[in-house]
Amino acid sequence: MHLTLTVNGERHDAEGVAGTESLLYVLRQRLGLYGAKNACEQGQCGSCSVHLDGVLVCACLVPAPQAHGRSVETVEGLAGEDGPHPVQEAFLACGAVQCGFCTPGMLKAAEDLLRRCPDPGEAEIKDALAGNLCRCTGYRHILEAVRLAAARTRAPESRP
Amino acid sequence: MSAETETPRPMDFLLPERLDEALEAMAARAGTVPVAGGTDVMVRLGTGHERPAAAVDLTRIVCLSRWERTAGGIRLGATVPYTRIAGELAAPLPGLAAAARTVGSRQIRNRGTVGGALGTASPTGDVHPMLLACGAEVELVSVRGARRVPVRDFYTGPGRTVRAPDELIRAVRVPEAEGPQAYAKAGRRGAVVMATCSFAVALWPSRAWVGTGIGSAAPVPRPAPEAEQFVARELGELRLWQTRGPLPDDVLARFGELAAAATAPADDVRGSSAYRRHAVAVLARRTLGRVWDDYRAHRRTEGEPCT
Repeated sequence: MHLTLTVNGERHDAEGVAGTESLLYVLRQRLGLYGAKNACEQGQCGSCSVHLDGVLVCACLVPAPQAHGRSVETVEGLAGEDGPHPVQEAFLACGAVQCGFCTPGMLKAAEDLLRRCPDPGEAEIKDALAGNLCRCTGYRHILEAVRLAAARTRAPESRP
Repeated sequence: MSAETETPRPMDFLLPERLDEALEAMAARAGTVPVAGGTDVMVRLGTGHERPAAAVDLTRIVCLSRWERTAGGIRLGATVPYTRIAGELAAPLPGLAAAARTVGSRQIRNRGTVGGALGTASPTGDVHPMLLACGAEVELVSVRGARRVPVRDFYTGPGRTVRAPDELIRAVRVPEAEGPQAYAKAGRRGAVVMATCSFAVALWPSRAWVGTGIGSAAPVPRPAPEAEQFVARELGELRLWQTRGPLPDDVLARFGELAAAATAPADDVRGSSAYRRHAVAVLARRTLGRVWDDYRAHRRTEGEPCT
């Protein structure tokens, strides 16, 4: 089928998309957007997390045809004209990036949390990241980064 | 199969916007698979366990994505995702909302649906025990007409239900809570885990009834009828519904034993049969104790921030 979708505000078209393809496959293999990572393909690791019409999803579990006419936001769309997104800055500041494979999904999950919940408690942070695995086990710094991003988002003047 | 190396085989994917179009598609070709959140179907497609000729997307059919209040309770459209159940239905359906919160991760709860859980009918599905404890009804619809099936009669085996190949799950009707409800789940970690076993309990004071549901401890989700009858009898004889007095420990213990006796657990990677039987007794005792304490304190359920 012919697929039209908006990714990070830009319209994309793909031809000959099979019914069995996932949104992740389309993003990576057809559109060349390699930010969302392909790992478990079962919704267990969260490394392919993207927003679909503003809702955080595992792109590996979204049938590509379902994304027809819809809007997708990937990690590539996080940084704005004025520089990295506050969660990206916080991940760098806290050393929350080790091998980097889980990072795009972690960033999307953290961004999603702060959209919903600007002042999250520990339980909310852990719940928001529960679906994202870091096999370097760098969770302590990742949690710290989310706390920092939340604090900076609430009080932007404290940003570097 | 890896999506990186292999182009998936073709499968027709239909995107109807009206329910009747979806029903026509279901009737037109045997084995057509309905898809909403994709959290089960996409995994089965990816592993090659399933390669249907066609799939029908349900996410564009607006009437399936709504819930409404009816005389009998909440009529929950088949494609309302768990996040919305947890966020919007915690007051009328506290038990189902609690069960929805234990499903997978945020990403999964944003997509997964009760209609999908019923269609997949995994014995480990988190919402089945509470649907049983609430006496929910499943609405099935096809080009041949619609029917309602009590959830107790819905499951026929692991992954099997009374749904005919051309039928869609349109909605599930869940009576509004009239007392405390609780869902407890045993698993290897606290999040993103399939239940090793689970238990749901719901108090129905107007009928002097305690509903139960057991997950992942038999080929199908099932209630514990003897435990229900036992505790109803004890609560009646001790006049505890009226006095809101404490539930004796021996009643809680016996309730747990009868719940465990209702299981027929398998040995598998998640747990042994003996462990599951034991854990169901513990979960049943604990959840009944908790809802009874809440009933005594006139509590219903706790709010959930930031959902």
